[in-house]
Amino acid sequence: MARRVWLFLALWPVVGFGLPKIETWNTANGARVYFVRAPELPMVDLRVAFDAGSARDQTQWGLAGLTNGMLAEGAGGLTAQTLSERFEATGAQFNNSSGREMASVGLRSLTESPYLERAVETLGLVLQKPDFPAEALERERKLMLTALKQREQEPAAIAEDRFMGVLYHGHPYGSPPHGSAKTLGALNRDDLLAHYRRYYCGRNAVIGLVGDLTRPQAASIAEKLVSALPEGAAAPPLPPAPKIVTPIEIHVLYPSSQTHIWVGRAGLTRLDPDYFPLYLGNHVLGGGGFISRLYKEVREKRGLSYSAYSYFQPMRVAGPFVAGLQTSFEQADQALSVMRETLMKFVADGPSATEMEASVKNIAGGFPLRIDSNDEVIEYLILIGFYGLPLDFLDTYVDRIRAVSLLNIGAAFKGRMDPPDLVTVTVGPKGKPPPGAPAPPLEPAPAGRHH
Amino acid sequence: MRRSIQTLRVGYLVLTLAWPAAGVAAAEVREFMLDNGLKLIVQEDHRAPVVVSQVWYKVGSSYEHEGITGVSHALEHMMFQGTERHPAGEFSRLISASGGEENAFTGSDYTAYFQKMAKENLAVSFELEADRMRGLALPEQEFTKEIKVVMEERRLRTDDKPESLMAETAMAVAFETSPYRHPVIGWMHDLEAMTVADLRAWYERWYAPNNATLVVVGDVEPGAVFDLAKRFFGPLASATRPAPKPAREVAQKGPRRVTVREVARLPQLLMAYKVPVLTSAVANPAQIPRAEVFALEVLAELLSGGDSARLPRHLVREQEVAASANVGYNLGDRLESLFTLEAVPAEGRVLAALESALRREIERLRSEPAPAEEIDRVKARVIARKVFEQDSMFYQAMQIGFLESVGLDWRLKDQYLDAVKAVTAEEVRTVATKYLTDDRLTVAVLEPLPAPAAGGH
Repeated sequence: MARRVWLFLALWPVVGFGLPKIETWNTANGARVYFVRAPELPMVDLRVAFDAGSARDQTQWGLAGLTNGMLAEGAGGLTAQTLSERFEATGAQFNNSSGREMASVGLRSLTESPYLERAVETLGLVLQKPDFPAEALERERKLMLTALKQREQEPAAIAEDRFMGVLYHGHPYGSPPHGSAKTLGALNRDDLLAHYRRYYCGRNAVIGLVGDLTRPQAASIAEKLVSALPEGAAAPPLPPAPKIVTPIEIHVLYPSSQTHIWVGRAGLTRLDPDYFPLYLGNHVLGGGGFISRLYKEVREKRGLSYSAYSYFQPMRVAGPFVAGLQTSFEQADQALSVMRETLMKFVADGPSATEMEASVKNIAGGFPLRIDSNDEVIEYLILIGFYGLPLDFLDTYVDRIRAVSLLNIGAAFKGRMDPPDLVTVTVGPKGKPPPGAPAPPLEPAPAGRHH
Repeated sequence: MRRSIQTLRVGYLVLTLAWPAAGVAAAEVREFMLDNGLKLIVQEDHRAPVVVSQVWYKVGSSYEHEGITGVSHALEHMMFQGTERHPAGEFSRLISASGGEENAFTGSDYTAYFQKMAKENLAVSFELEADRMRGLALPEQEFTKEIKVVMEERRLRTDDKPESLMAETAMAVAFETSPYRHPVIGWMHDLEAMTVADLRAWYERWYAPNNATLVVVGDVEPGAVFDLAKRFFGPLASATRPAPKPAREVAQKGPRRVTVREVARLPQLLMAYKVPVLTSAVANPAQIPRAEVFALEVLAELLSGGDSARLPRHLVREQEVAASANVGYNLGDRLESLFTLEAVPAEGRVLAALESALRREIERLRSEPAPAEEIDRVKARVIARKVFEQDSMFYQAMQIGFLESVGLDWRLKDQYLDAVKAVTAEEVRTVATKYLTDDRLTVAVLEPLPAPAAGGH
């Protein structure tokens, strides 16, 4: 009897729940603003994101990260200590980050007056009046060198860095966001200022706000945050992702007990017409957690790895498709074979109708879970704004997933994955010597290869 | 310098106007008890048509003994490997098909299973959780494969992570007799020797409605959730819950020190002081006033609760002796626990300099009461964080589950704020003097070894 109850309930359609209503406008200097009013809690999340990640570093690896990290290290004549005290005396939480494409600063604050006003004022200084003080620069540079060493003792990070470096060799996505020891050492204050002046400008910015604000309040905050920045210009388009013409296999020796395996290639762009078939197909392949094929083949059937997954990371130009796992080094060859066979079989045959249906149910039925907190909504606002996704992206998401057919998935995967010119990076204690293709260097190529 | 002082004063003035009003009223929470001893706690949150459901069992690695370490966690894995009614894999298939997210986690003091679903599907979660509360199949074949997965997990999380390895060693040295000396995931040799019979015995001993708490947070009506819980969990039989053995730590008689040498790029330092937790204050209020535990909480915040706190300020920015420095303290642990300071030396600085700098901070805490504006800033952060936490239904449910699982009342989560607000600078100094002493200290250091032979990177 219980069994029938859940079957009945599971068939209930999820309809008519409140999607966030997005309002959008531009600031006077051309920053695009995305706002969702969420009056339930007396708090606000806000973020300003720029197309100013490591893809803009050219040969100065680490420049974007160091610039972003320096913003709150001194601004408007105030020290890092004073800035952090100003935020924290109001209970506000400041955040910043810099990845391959995006660099951002943000804030979580109470909306109660005068706490919000003070936090916004301080964030405005950080964003618009950074001083880049010399002594803080040396300290931040050293902190980045320490962070590099941290990555060098993590097999997972070594694998990621090598994979991205090889896959995007010579392309802006190949610049590691955390830099290299050599390039970090060469960066100076003028480099940071130049990066800041070029990329931290109105036309290159997206502002997201979610919280207990009225639209006029949101508009006023957005202006306060960026009005002193120049209008500037959006960052130029990036070159297309490089084509890998023959499979590349690289093994990095590391004395760990496990071998970490990354297999993949350039995948898809944010605005790719095949986004939905590829997303849905990958849910079946390795994105759907406990029900995905890779998880079943690698972990459930063979017990080879704690995690086994695949994902597309959509970016401005084709971001990576990655399949990964970690396993005791003795069984690395077996695990790699299982992973490749699973991948190739999926590309050849696509998902079954049952598998596709199961994934559609999970994505459609679970959609409300993705946007049930301010924290998640602001991520979507920045995503929509940064990549220029349609404003109804969330409203139409489930319908577009449901509209995908088996044929769409098959065609999309064949189009992306055939021929199987994959990059394979393994990191572990032993293994085959790297065959054929030489590993590209870990330092940037000479200047001027792209812009 | 001048500007800095001025700013401080302005910050102080803002705060003396009034602390933030702590935002919204405490959420509506209802508690129910089923006849079989299952406690149900429901918190309403109507912001989205979503529900979080968590089943917490009062068992974890601190209930284990040598020889079977890791059994709670291994059993958690096997809870996804089939029941008498649903074969292996079906649990996850059914949750996924209803749009759910699910997983589980094991700690020292609890094992918890959760689903997050569209609210219409709460019954799916209840049906399946009720089924595996008493009807787990534990097939030998699945165990043989799954224990290999657990060993891979150990390699991933601990064996190949120098900082985790050091922390594991530090716990084993800091605690002599307390079960906190065992890692949650278990020692590798115990995992290698583990049998499905060990898991079966553990399951039969601890998995019963009267040793569990069901926590539901979301867009639900508490009475309806109670009815649903009665329908699915009500028929389950309760079990005799064994009286736990005393799991105490013998008194420490002096400082301890341990070195871990491992292939790594970064040295690291961990200083761990034995300190009381809320349960210590409940058990022994005469010697450990509850206020002390909250003073330790404020002390942790004062040291590393934000970028303006003492460790980032003094050690990272002013002395440039640390690349990072963080404090750990969990007042909700079931047994006497640790107050830890964990730090990585800055580029070009050595562990000894870092340890001296940390000891100077401790000494200062003992000798000088913290300035009022510093304490106020801590409180402002904590007050605001209480509001921010309400953005996460999952976290709300976690807090209830943590407290109930260690035998405390979930209502403490609403008393937390007032207890923190009441802490004075003098109380912070007192607990620093009383607990951050050498006799309670274990120091662990990670000394990096170079990778043998030249690596390929």
